[in-house]
Amino acid sequence: MDEWRDGIFEAIKAAGVTQVAYVPDAGHSRLIERSIEDNDLRAVSLTTEEEGVALLAGAWLGGAKGVLLLQSSGVGNCVNMLSLARTCAFPLVMLVTMRGEWGEFNSWQKPMGATTRAHLELCGATCYRCDRPEDVRETVESAFRFAYFTNSIAAVLLGQRLIGAKVFEEPAPC
Amino acid sequence: MLNRREAVSRLLADRGDMLVVAGLGQSCFDCFAAGDDPRNFYLWGAMGGAVPAGLGIALAQPERRVLVVTGDGDALMSAGAFATVGAEAPENLAICILDNERYGETGGQVTHTARGADLAAMAAAGGVGKARTVRTEAELADAVGALRSGAGPLVAVVKVAPESELGALPPQDGPHLKRRFRAAALGVEDK
Repeated sequence: MDEWRDGIFEAIKAAGVTQVAYVPDAGHSRLIERSIEDNDLRAVSLTTEEEGVALLAGAWLGGAKGVLLLQSSGVGNCVNMLSLARTCAFPLVMLVTMRGEWGEFNSWQKPMGATTRAHLELCGATCYRCDRPEDVRETVESAFRFAYFTNSIAAVLLGQRLIGAKVFEEPAPC
Repeated sequence: MLNRREAVSRLLADRGDMLVVAGLGQSCFDCFAAGDDPRNFYLWGAMGGAVPAGLGIALAQPERRVLVVTGDGDALMSAGAFATVGAEAPENLAICILDNERYGETGGQVTHTARGADLAAMAAAGGVGKARTVRTEAELADAVGALRSGAGPLVAVVKVAPESELGALPPQDGPHLKRRFRAAALGVEDK
């Protein structure tokens, strides 16, 4: 049932990515592990997501393709740095795991989760959304084509229903 | 006190095939004044972006020397990036921070480096062990050599006088700067 996670990895490899920049998220954990294990990929752990926007601009200046893995909360950290990608027309693919929606237990995730797409679109990103496993691979492939052929920002929002909401032992209050 | 224009001029003289990222504000103008080069990437915004952008180039081009020239304000905004550079440890990355202890473009308000913050110590604490503060001509001469050819990653925080100079504005057309950099550095012609 989790084949879509490997589908993302295969799409990244097929796109020719060599730099995988990330702030960890449980929804991306398998992708991060596979990236670290792959000798042809440089998995770069960031202290904040905006570093990744600048890092991948540098990657492209150096002739390398990249991908930024982040959680919806991290989109808010990227806002001004996305002006670098937009002003200079850098290709940028962001794979965003959503929080604050389907089955969310943590109310602090709600503000960014509810506005992730709007933030990205205001920053000039084209957004694609996936809620079904069978759509993921081709959506990620499309995002790479779009970003690298048109020199623009493409974000794939991976819905919380797709990823599976985080479950805690504590019983729900209702 | 050291003069920023002179320091950058010495740093970039006979630069070979070095690739340069210049952080926003005076650092951009200093690099441009030293002689425009398509292998300079000038940031006119994206504060906090110079160090991670330099890291991205350094990882993509491990055989090329990559130099980041930026100011204390920009470096403070991306202080976490010292830890990312320390973790990735690219041998070809050098970072020169021109520390005038001021936000020069906004009225000269003091930065935290005027009030006790030590950027070289922050870099070292982030894992960039080769971090130094430069205050004298002799220290600058040694730092220029290290920044140009010493094994990285390394950081030199050059304490410079707060005066800024105008009269040297690099191009700010982003796609143009990107295309000419890739053409000069990689030999690719983007459509």
